[in-house]
Amino acid sequence: MKNVQKQKRANKSLPFFVRDEFRVSLVIILISLALLITTFTFDIVPPILNRGIQPATFPKALLVLIIVMTLLIYYLATKNPWKVEKKLPRSFFLTLSSFVVFVVVSKTLDFFLAISALSIFVSYCWGEKRIFYLLLVGIIFPIIVFIFFETILGLRFPPGIITNIYYS
Amino acid sequence: MDNLLLMLAPLFSSKLLLVLFFGTLFGLILGVLPGLGPTTGGALILPFTMTLDPLSAIVLLTSIYCAGTYGGAITAVLINTPGTPAAAATCLDGYPLAQKGEAGRALGMATVSSTVGGIFSVIILVFFAPILAQLAYEFGQPEYFALAIFGLTMLASIGEGSPIKNLIAGAFGILISTVGKDFMTSIDRFTFGINELTEGIGFIPVVVGLFAMSEMLTQSTLINQVFNRIALKAIKLPSKDDYKKTWKTILRSSGIGSFIGVLPAEGGTVASLIGYSEAKRFSKKPEEFGKGSIEGIAGAEAANNAATGGAMVPTLALGIPGSATTAVILTGLIIHGVRPGPDLFREQPDFLYGIFGSMLIANILFFIFGFFGAKIFARITLVPNKILWPMIFAVSVCGTYSLNQSIIDVWIMLFFGVLGFFMRRYGFSVVPVIIGLILGELVEGTLRQSLVIFDGNWLMFFTRPIALTFFILSLIALAFPLIRSRKLKKNND
Repeated sequence: MKNVQKQKRANKSLPFFVRDEFRVSLVIILISLALLITTFTFDIVPPILNRGIQPATFPKALLVLIIVMTLLIYYLATKNPWKVEKKLPRSFFLTLSSFVVFVVVSKTLDFFLAISALSIFVSYCWGEKRIFYLLLVGIIFPIIVFIFFETILGLRFPPGIITNIYYS
Repeated sequence: MDNLLLMLAPLFSSKLLLVLFFGTLFGLILGVLPGLGPTTGGALILPFTMTLDPLSAIVLLTSIYCAGTYGGAITAVLINTPGTPAAAATCLDGYPLAQKGEAGRALGMATVSSTVGGIFSVIILVFFAPILAQLAYEFGQPEYFALAIFGLTMLASIGEGSPIKNLIAGAFGILISTVGKDFMTSIDRFTFGINELTEGIGFIPVVVGLFAMSEMLTQSTLINQVFNRIALKAIKLPSKDDYKKTWKTILRSSGIGSFIGVLPAEGGTVASLIGYSEAKRFSKKPEEFGKGSIEGIAGAEAANNAATGGAMVPTLALGIPGSATTAVILTGLIIHGVRPGPDLFREQPDFLYGIFGSMLIANILFFIFGFFGAKIFARITLVPNKILWPMIFAVSVCGTYSLNQSIIDVWIMLFFGVLGFFMRRYGFSVVPVIIGLILGELVEGTLRQSLVIFDGNWLMFFTRPIALTFFILSLIALAFPLIRSRKLKKNND
């Protein structure tokens, strides 16, 4: 409890634009505004065909509600600041970047290769250095999962350099 | 009598018994592993249920739900980390008791109270779900709209964390449900020219992303964390003295858990916290709470398992999920072409009572598995995260891909994983997003259809007594956190 209060006090001493509550609220409001603008590009149903409200009205109302509530949490946070979160460690950013690499590899090279590469990379970054376990999570287990999904669900995985070899 | 026989039907079906056996086992494993749980597990197993008939599929999901909720207690007692959020309150007394060398006694009480709570809630389910379904015959579009709004406001009221943040998360969930072709006019909304989005955003990628992938990112920040695991020799059944001390607590918490479960919120998590605090309030020795009180374990565990049956009441009777896991079960029902609601009770009683009976058996099965196998299940926690999570990633990716064979679904899952991580980091619960997503179509659909019926006159909503009642309850639900915080402030002063 004392620790949380200490973290809150630490947050209050920061300039407003670097505080979490400001940044989080700003991001939510900016995204909501962008989506709100998008709703004005939705097609409009001609009055003769329209039953009830226009398709854009409901999302518009939701986005306005989200913006209002976000302003409210920011206002409340000025009175009762959020606690300062610890800095994210390197392993988090490595795992996050592996997600991006996964998307690129699964799109351009191969789905299986992307899973395999991510599994080995994440396991290694999280401290696993033993070759057998890296092979287990990166190759043996994904193969078992692939075969399992293929036989049980009759699933066909997207084509790629390794998947094509398997299917041929 | 007929219904009772229908409930016993799973006992005479070897296929259903097998499904129950594996569902309970799988649920226990999921419950024991911190970060996983019945919601993620149910979402991951959902594609596999396509190979089963509807009853077996839902039996599998419900047995995972019941056993997974209990499984969290094993980790809570032995390593002071709740296997599931619903077991958080169990840590408070379970771990201190285990530290005193009484891990077997703590787990024995957790097992017995979970089983009693679970069975109690199934009885509630059997009695109240048909009554609620009967009431639902009176519901038209405006009433369903008002009910869905009530459900969402309850999330703010009794959910974990900040009520406004819960409401934002719920509104965001509804917003996600608007992506794709508008169901009334077929006009594209938020598709940004991506063809795959015209069908909308699927439930499974969002659930797996928000729960499993965000947890993977959370675990990446905890790789240096060391757990002190307490050795377990064997589970001990509670002594006569323990039963004497706790039977009232177990019954009270079972009632609280069932009631909280019925309300759409975070089900077991909130139920266990309330069950625990009420156990402390009624205890003759409240000073022992937090230091290894057996009543504390009983109060928390009976309540969280009682929430399972409670949460199934609105899910089956109204098609409104009582918790995140029942939202997964609801998706399972829809995927298998079963429409929850009053008609289900009239047209397919064998199906419904089969589910009720299976939940009852699942509660007995996890008692047996827990009692004889807790030592083995406890060993599962020894699997290091650096091996476990890459494996979960592989299953999550293949499971998400398998439903629509769409790579876009996998990317959506990863996106929601990152989003879920930051939401949790800044105090936004991900459960309202799930509930909002599943209720979104109902909220918008019933609102628009009601407005067609009312010829655009919004005030007509307030002329319908049932709808008006739900709106008043929604206002009370919204005001409740405010009243509660003022009362707390006053007490502190």
